[in-house]
Amino acid sequence: MANWIEIGTVEDIPKLGSRVVQGPDGDIAIFRNSKDEIFALKDACPHKQGPLSQGIVHDKTVTCPLHNWKIELDTGVVKAPDEGCAGRYDIKVEADKIFLSI
Amino acid sequence: MKEKLVLIGNGMAGMRTIEELLKLDDEMYDITVFGTEPYGNYNRILLSPVLAGEKTIDDIMLNDEQWYIDNNVTLHKNKTIVNVDRKKQRVIADDGTEEPYDRLLLATGSNPFIIPVPGHDLPGVISFRDIHDVDLMLEAAEKYKHAVVIGGGLLGLEAANGLMLQGMNVTVVHLGDVLMERQMDAVAGGMLKQSLEERGLNFLMNTSTEAIIGDDRVKAVRFKDGSEIVTDLVVMAVGIRPNIELAEKIGLHCERGVVVNDTLQTFDPKIYAVGECVQHRGEAYGLVAPLFEQAKVCANHLAKMGIGLYTGSVTSTKLKVTGIDLFSAGDFIGDETTEEIVMQDAKRGIYKKIVLKDDKILGAVMYGDTVDGAWYFQLMRDGTDTSDIREGLMLGQAHLGDSGHGGHNAAAAMSDDMEVCGCNGVTKGCITKAIAEKGLFTLDDVRAHTKASASCGSCTGLVEQVIASTLGGDYSVSEHEKPLCKCTDMTHEDVQKAFKAQHLTSALSAMKALDWRTDDGCHVCRPALNYYAIVAFPGEALDDPRSRFINERAHANIQKDGTYSVVPRMWGGVTNPSELRAIAEIAEKYEVPTVKVTGGQRIDLLGVKKDDLPKMWKDLNDAGMVSGHAYGKSLRTVKTCVGKEWCRFGTQDSTAMGIKLEQRTWGSWMPHKYKIAVSGCPRNCAEATIKDFGVVAVDSGWELHVGGNGGIKVRVTDLLCKVTSEEEVIEYCQAFTQLYREEAYYLDRTAPWIERVGLSYVKEKIVDNAELRKELSDRFVESQKHFQTDPWAERATGGVETNEFIPLKKI
Repeated sequence: MANWIEIGTVEDIPKLGSRVVQGPDGDIAIFRNSKDEIFALKDACPHKQGPLSQGIVHDKTVTCPLHNWKIELDTGVVKAPDEGCAGRYDIKVEADKIFLSI
Repeated sequence: MKEKLVLIGNGMAGMRTIEELLKLDDEMYDITVFGTEPYGNYNRILLSPVLAGEKTIDDIMLNDEQWYIDNNVTLHKNKTIVNVDRKKQRVIADDGTEEPYDRLLLATGSNPFIIPVPGHDLPGVISFRDIHDVDLMLEAAEKYKHAVVIGGGLLGLEAANGLMLQGMNVTVVHLGDVLMERQMDAVAGGMLKQSLEERGLNFLMNTSTEAIIGDDRVKAVRFKDGSEIVTDLVVMAVGIRPNIELAEKIGLHCERGVVVNDTLQTFDPKIYAVGECVQHRGEAYGLVAPLFEQAKVCANHLAKMGIGLYTGSVTSTKLKVTGIDLFSAGDFIGDETTEEIVMQDAKRGIYKKIVLKDDKILGAVMYGDTVDGAWYFQLMRDGTDTSDIREGLMLGQAHLGDSGHGGHNAAAAMSDDMEVCGCNGVTKGCITKAIAEKGLFTLDDVRAHTKASASCGSCTGLVEQVIASTLGGDYSVSEHEKPLCKCTDMTHEDVQKAFKAQHLTSALSAMKALDWRTDDGCHVCRPALNYYAIVAFPGEALDDPRSRFINERAHANIQKDGTYSVVPRMWGGVTNPSELRAIAEIAEKYEVPTVKVTGGQRIDLLGVKKDDLPKMWKDLNDAGMVSGHAYGKSLRTVKTCVGKEWCRFGTQDSTAMGIKLEQRTWGSWMPHKYKIAVSGCPRNCAEATIKDFGVVAVDSGWELHVGGNGGIKVRVTDLLCKVTSEEEVIEYCQAFTQLYREEAYYLDRTAPWIERVGLSYVKEKIVDNAELRKELSDRFVESQKHFQTDPWAERATGGVETNEFIPLKKI
């Protein structure tokens, strides 16, 4: 059973930006892209644990600020030729409110 | 119903086009490929290593048969297309297979040229073109002892080397008196010949073949002078000709090759052609790089995107023949109107020659040490006036003290375990392995897969050399002719011009106006576009925080563990007890783990948590300090010495001058970080001659130096001019800074910018033209009105971007 936690509204997150939710097992990065889609990833790049929330968001991708690895926002999978996966979390938006499941 | 695309020729150029097309749109066509050979698509460039026994056929497969299945491409191998019915739009293969097409792509490649001497069709006379030829050679090497290779060009020498490594006694017969005469002059060719002779190859120069003798197999070769040489195998490697047999038969306009326009269309608009079979603007190419450029453009048009023109390639040859580094480009022979610079060191086996006309490089040939080949090639393509750098031209780009690749400058001499890229610890072996296993061709590919030269870039020349010596042929595109990033085909220069011409005032609107391929750009283009907007229209342009790298968004330097560093500004490096006391207290209050004095004469507080940043800034603001911009592509610091106020040697008050300059320039955004220093006498304790703008006081005034930097590659400044008054120092500094801000490409420091445009150009604008200097200086002052606000105060107390520093929620 998913346990949905309300974390804020879409407007709380800047377009093409990110905010951090401090979770019990570390930070979770919440992203909003230019189409107002919302995504949630573990805030640590699988490469050297760079904070993904601080990266540049473009389309459905975030570029890690430390070494420019590119991570897919919807799956957490690292884009080739690099390899790896940042953990992803289920997230949903209802009436502009964002709910996160951890 | 999908349209049908048929490719004739399952080789590198055609398949590269298909791959590029699938990247753009994998839904548009039903694709069918016909290939004469019984294989998938393999890397023809690597046939020489297969012959030499260093690689197997499997190693050099680019698209194996599974690839065609996975990508829904129908492959008819072992089938040669013998006719095309252009009216009915069908191709017909030799076994009767027919296939309709909506668009047809011809990539029939080239054929080896066989000299029509008597006996050329005897068994044992072969060419060196495909896997079949290699198999024949390997078979011969097992059974027989003697081989003759006709042709002392690249291909011939590679074949000869391979056969020699397979144990044969090989003689190379060459018509001229210089080996590889299209790539080398007499001196370099002579050095190459000597080196190959030492390895065991025999040469017959100035020798013309008359006949090949034998009954059921070749037995000997007879030459025009009547002499003969006994042999069991003859390899003809005297050149290639575009394969236009089919194109001519079906009535396409051909000259030397199939004639195509800038969109790679033949005279039949439904038929495209790429690769070695085509002739474009009178040129036919045999190197891989131009073919790939064609493939990219052709795919774009097949995908009906209709942008991108192929306008021809400038090629350089950078070859490896049995472990020898060679490079050549352009006209390296010259004539009575050209000058040349030559360096030859027979003992070290090094030879370099640069041919110049009107101070521009026309061509270059290098042997032994080719690390600067790419640099010369770039200067040549750019038509750079080399008069400013003439003294150091022959010594190479790195002669001022390069670091990062252990001083190696000859890839051929490196063993596999030697480090090429010092930043990322990439060895030569890693690179060669990745090239072979992953089918890489370009510097970008190698960077992406291995990270070699992907950080500081100082080993780029060496990495290119390793690529060249692995692949056998390479090319380089000069930096600023490259597109800004993968989201566009426009260069930095195109984009800069478009910003002004179309009055673009934000990164996002620029991407729309300039037809970006992606919706939101990427981490490469967005910061560049944002910079171009704010420098073109200060105050008016929208500065988008989401298009800035985190350091400039958070106004602090992100560290490897995700914490930040805080560096308050210390004007001219001068501080006082109360500031120091405040810094000490703040460091204790926020439990800053490391306090360090920086190279720029200020204090760095390292290891700060992001949510503490605004609080710390407020405390620093309260103590009278502002952001030091130690994190930005911006004015960093103005370093000074104590000057005549204290120093017994000081000639001017350098500290006061430094503070004045810092007060004028702080807060300004730049293409890259920008450092200033002021020294009070020529002893230059502030190290002003390795700064972007350096001022050195002399008794009679101030010397102004530009374009220096420490770091990856130390570059000493060039002297711009000497001035006498303080006002002049300030005006020249502002004017120079503004010229750099307006004209350099984003992420170019002053050094590469000046090397590109030439010091003479900068002097023309800043020193010789008082009116322009004043205009530039005024524009800088105007721009500063909008940017000299402390970003820390805005965020700590001014309500700007406060969300940046606060977690959304704690759970």
